[in-house]
Order: sequence, then C-alpha cells, then structure tokens
Amino acid sequence: MGVEITTTRLEDAAKWAKQSLVERATNWGRKFSLFTYPFVTACCGMEFMSVAGPKYDLARFGAEFPRFSPRQSDLLMVVGTITEKQGPALKRVFDQMAEPKFVIAFGVCASTGGFYQNYSAMPGCDQVIPVDVYIPGCPPRPEQVLDGLIMLMDRVQQGRGHSQLRTKREQLIAAQAASDE
Amino acid sequence: MAQKVLDALKQHHASAIELTESVHGDEVAWVKREGLVAVATWLKNDPSMLFDSPVFVTCIDRLDWRPVGLPPSSAWNESKPRFEVCYQLRSHTHKYRLRLKVAVPEHDAHCPSLAGVWPAFDWQERETFDMYGIRFDGHPDLRRIYLYEEFVGYPLRKDYPKEKRQPLVRRDDLPINPIKAPDGGHHGDR
Repeated sequence: MGVEITTTRLEDAAKWAKQSLVERATNWGRKFSLFTYPFVTACCGMEFMSVAGPKYDLARFGAEFPRFSPRQSDLLMVVGTITEKQGPALKRVFDQMAEPKFVIAFGVCASTGGFYQNYSAMPGCDQVIPVDVYIPGCPPRPEQVLDGLIMLMDRVQQGRGHSQLRTKREQLIAAQAASDE
Repeated sequence: MAQKVLDALKQHHASAIELTESVHGDEVAWVKREGLVAVATWLKNDPSMLFDSPVFVTCIDRLDWRPVGLPPSSAWNESKPRFEVCYQLRSHTHKYRLRLKVAVPEHDAHCPSLAGVWPAFDWQERETFDMYGIRFDGHPDLRRIYLYEEFVGYPLRKDYPKEKRQPLVRRDDLPINPIKAPDGGHHGDR
C-alpha cells in the first residue's frame, strides 16, 4: 500500500503523461530538494529531531537542511500544537515562503488539534494554511514521517501540491481571460 | 504545623480573619477583602512571620459545586460567593506554609492586589485575571497575559462554553468560517 519509490519507466510515463518534459524535470528537481522550515511548537519537535538526525536521516530524501528562514524554504513542517494566538504568526510564515510551497502537518495536534479541544488550541493548522500531507500520531514514528515525506514527494512530482495546483489554476484563468479578449 | 501562625493571625488581626481551618495538612485562613493587604503586609514584615516566598495565586470557581462525601449544605448555591482567590505563601526563615483565601462574589469580582507587597504576584494576578476575570484593585498593570486582547470572556470560568473558539485568523476557503459568519456553524466543528 501507499506510494512506490521505485517505479518502472512505463508507470512513470502513465503517471506523468500530461506533463511536459520541462515540467517533469522541474518537479523532479523540486521533490529531491525540499528545504524544510520546522515550525516547532511542542513535544513533536523531539521526534522531528530524531527524524532529522543521523539514524533516520531525512536528508536521504533530499530534505537536507532545516532552513530557519521561511524565505529560503519551500516545505513548512508544522510540528506541534498550534494555538489560536499563534495563528497570525503561522500565516505570516507561510505567506513569506517562496512558491511553490508545501506544508506537512506533523503529528495529530497540527492535523486536528489532537486532545486539545479547548478555548486556546486551534483545531488543526489547516484552519489557517492549506496542508498537503497529514501525519497522524502522538508523536508519529519516524517511519511515518518518512512515509509522509515520500507521499509528498510523489505529489510534488505529479504537480498536485496545493500551491502547484493553485498556480496552474491561476494560469488557466489568465489564459481563459486572454482568449476571451 | 503552622497552627501557631493561625493563632497569631487571630490574635493580631481578629477583625480581618473570618475563619481558619486545616485542610490536608495545609493551614488556611479566610480573610476579609478589606483586611487582606494589612494582613499580608504584617505576614511579610513581622519578625515572627517573615513570609518571604510568594508561591502562587489562583482562583477557584465554585459554580454548581457538588462535593462528594460532604453534607449537601456545603454545596454551592446562589447565596454563596462564587469565587475563592487563593494566595499560597511560604516563610523560609520559620518553615511556615500558609494559604490565604478571599471569597469574591460574582457580581462584584474585585479583590485587593498583593502585587505591591510581593512583586512576584504581579504576573500571577494577571494570569488569574486572564482566566477568571477577577479584578485586582491596586494592581500596577492589569492586562491579559496569556490570551490575546481580542478574547472575550474568561475561559476557566465554569460557565464558559467548552466548544467555543475565538479565532484570530482563518483561511478564506473554509466551508464553515467562524470569522466570516460567527454563528454559521458549531464553533468546535470543522
């Protein structure tokens, strides 16, 4: 189940048939050079460190450096509980990232609020920013995180990340408007 | 253990002390609101007391309190004050522990501030104000400390709705957007 890392050329061709060669090459480059911005707020950060450390080694998949500036990163990892008070800060970080940008909700708190169902906790960071991949778990096992990352890479290759789809939609609308004139 | 503190309190501040009790080994003195600052100043400065360590301030909301194992008369009703403000103190010199309690009714949720006596109570009283809405008279800077200025109400009061959210920011494309339509859906539902 899940996502194949190794695919035959035929399967690749079927999956990416609608993409141009340039798009295919760009997305291939993107998926192997995801620069992470860890938005770490809570205990899931420990698990993130373990994933980023040498034993599980996120760098194997190209997510090499945690960049602590949103302007140099294209993968936002929301690690831990997001409170309502933090919402504007999270949105600001997301807005500063360069396109195309991807978001992983790391752990159940970032995905749904987890067991914090109260006045202060936000019920999932997708209330504020669009999320590409949700990783459940409290905290998730490193293997789950790697699985989620591979899932995201597959999605990036297919051009189905949120920001990629949005850009495509905007281009289509612009083209439609140009042809109408 | 600090029974002698209670005895001394009753001796020196008989008019300000409503009641004294010992609960699970902790000495509790119920103080009238008017006499709180005088009692606290005396506790801090008197050589036989020297309460130099302010431990915490908190508040207890007794709304609909039904204790198990106590007579029904001790349950909360409308005629009793709803809030109890607790000040926990400690004297390192004499190894005393003492808790001051102040009864605060709901319609007049004011309590004298002890931030002038022990500056460490400054932020703790702000927290108590933030969560319970107790106004500390004489506090130098009574603002919310954890929650944001836009927050309405006091979340740790028992009548604050459990499902209520007060979002600052939401995505524009949410199916149920509590910012665009505050009553458009359940606050806790997504």
